[in-house]
Amino acid sequence: MEIWVSQVFNGLSVSSILLLIALGLAITFGLMRVINMAHGEFIMIGAYGAYMTQEIFRSTLPKSLFDAYFPVAILVSFVIAFAIGYLLEVTLIRFLYGRPLDSLLATWGVGLMLQQLARSIFGAPNVAVSSPSWLDGGMTIFSGVVLPYKRLFIIGLVALCLVAMYLYIYRSNAGRRMRAVMQNRDMAACLGISTRRVDSFTFAIGSGIAGIAGCALTLIGPIGPSIGTYYIVDAFMVVVLGGVGKLVGTVAGALGIGVFNTLFEWWTDASLGKVLVFLCIVAFLQWKPMGMFAVRTRSLDN
Amino acid sequence: MLTSAILPRRVWLLIGYAVAAAALFSAPLYLSDFRLNLLAKCLAFAIVALGLDLLWGYTGILSLGHGVFFGLGAYAMAMHLKLVSSGSRLPDFMDWMGLTKLPWFWEPFKSFAFAALMGIIIPAVLALVLGFFTFRNRIRGVYFTILTQALVIITVTLFVGQQAYTGGTNGLTGYTKMFGYSLKSDTAKTMVYLVTVVALLLSFLLCRYLVKSRFGKVLRAIRDGENRTRFLGYDPSSYQMAAFAVSAGLAGLAGMLFVLHVGIVSPTMMAIVPSIEMVLLVAIGGRGTLIGAVIGAVIMTQAKSELSASYPDFWLFFLGALFIVVTVFLPGGIVGLIRQLRQKLTRRRNENDINLNSIVPESNGVV
Repeated sequence: MEIWVSQVFNGLSVSSILLLIALGLAITFGLMRVINMAHGEFIMIGAYGAYMTQEIFRSTLPKSLFDAYFPVAILVSFVIAFAIGYLLEVTLIRFLYGRPLDSLLATWGVGLMLQQLARSIFGAPNVAVSSPSWLDGGMTIFSGVVLPYKRLFIIGLVALCLVAMYLYIYRSNAGRRMRAVMQNRDMAACLGISTRRVDSFTFAIGSGIAGIAGCALTLIGPIGPSIGTYYIVDAFMVVVLGGVGKLVGTVAGALGIGVFNTLFEWWTDASLGKVLVFLCIVAFLQWKPMGMFAVRTRSLDN
Repeated sequence: MLTSAILPRRVWLLIGYAVAAAALFSAPLYLSDFRLNLLAKCLAFAIVALGLDLLWGYTGILSLGHGVFFGLGAYAMAMHLKLVSSGSRLPDFMDWMGLTKLPWFWEPFKSFAFAALMGIIIPAVLALVLGFFTFRNRIRGVYFTILTQALVIITVTLFVGQQAYTGGTNGLTGYTKMFGYSLKSDTAKTMVYLVTVVALLLSFLLCRYLVKSRFGKVLRAIRDGENRTRFLGYDPSSYQMAAFAVSAGLAGLAGMLFVLHVGIVSPTMMAIVPSIEMVLLVAIGGRGTLIGAVIGAVIMTQAKSELSASYPDFWLFFLGALFIVVTVFLPGGIVGLIRQLRQKLTRRRNENDINLNSIVPESNGVV
């Protein structure tokens, strides 16, 4: 019983991280159809954003204020990743719309350069971000099962991001403009929407969320220049499994992969578990090739 | 063109190919050992690039999983070499991992013929199976690409994880002989090089035959309009599977040769980064032209060896920039650039015998 609860909790925790990473992809890949392989590097940027915030807090502010750095770090990570994402869209991505495979290769190149840049600025070894003291310890639900506050905090943070994204996409004017552009670009332009501005803003938001994900990852372990590559493929699998273009698909995909990954790894071992998850995904795609929640369309070559 | 006034283009091309082949065959005479080894590696990569080009340039399917097929071929050959070098004893890493008996699936690799055959068949069958489960359901474009990338991740994890059977992170190394000859001797090196040249030539001819045939026409038709091809009565998925399998088989062949040149195989050789670098070889040379794939492989592998040794930091920046420049500014690669220049020189723009846009599809399937 205890072990089941803690395994499921572990699964949820892995899912929440996957979801946070995949949320950004759901925007850039799901809505804009750009395969952003540099997404992992935006995670890295966010993580180093948190690291820099910590260092600044440590060197300039009194010790008593140090614990307050984390909320600030989340904001800083978002803003930095947002800005770099905006820059990337304006300089490169806009030439790649409608060429998903080319966008994949080009952004892979961007990712390589960003990684190398991080290596030259921060050095190749991993750096540690010490988490604030109010996240130490855990909640004991019954004897033997402790839910660490850090993991709970990440789950909460992801839920918050999810709600914010939902409100932004489906309930705000900017979100409505975004959906309009993604559904029918020409019509949206005719109705007076600046499609260029929407494009850059959308991409930047996707990148910004990756920044938050990076910030959250600092709670789990040390960070390094290639931290993003570890998660990126899993996150893409989440989007593919969940189906493109709908938030609920991303949530379901992340939950599916996260929970099953944990369970399979528990039943077999880490390497076989991954293989089983992959086989399950391929098997699932036999049944629903477009993922769990595909946007229905009648067009053939959408 | 001036030249075409004297001899038709076909003849010039033929002469060019003959000169290139002669230069490759005679390379052991004028290249140092180090250079020869490097060239051999280039040629091995050229074989992968040919296969990838068949798949990406001609069929419009981007696979980021060719490192796996390359690696499987490499492992098949390495298993044979390891067994031969260990003689009657158990391979050393199995000893360390506490195995007492050779695993059953290692047993047949004692035979060279079996290993060489498996080095091509295993990748091809794996590709066929994966292709069967994806193309038949019309999973294509970026979805397929992402799945191949996942294939890379799980294969690498599996090979690292099953240390007792695969040698884990260290891979398989320390082979000394083959057919009773020492692998370190100069004659062995020259022989292995010449075998690579022959393999490359045969692969080139095979791909050339495939793309010139009706099969190749259907492949291009699928690239440019999968559904149209379907409505014309073809079954795109079987063609895609065939192209994928041939491509994977070629990658396996290249992997086998590569092991002979470098003397080691490890999971890093089939990870994500090498896989995507293989794609870059094709992109640089020019996708959709076979010779482009070979040129790209030779130039890039040379450049990597020169630059990454002397400027390791700069190399990654350069590689990253190359990805961006090629996809944004040079979708036709080097061959495309040459064609463009030649078109400008001869100013025959109105004749549409060489239409650049037809070489590179604007979008590859999805979107």
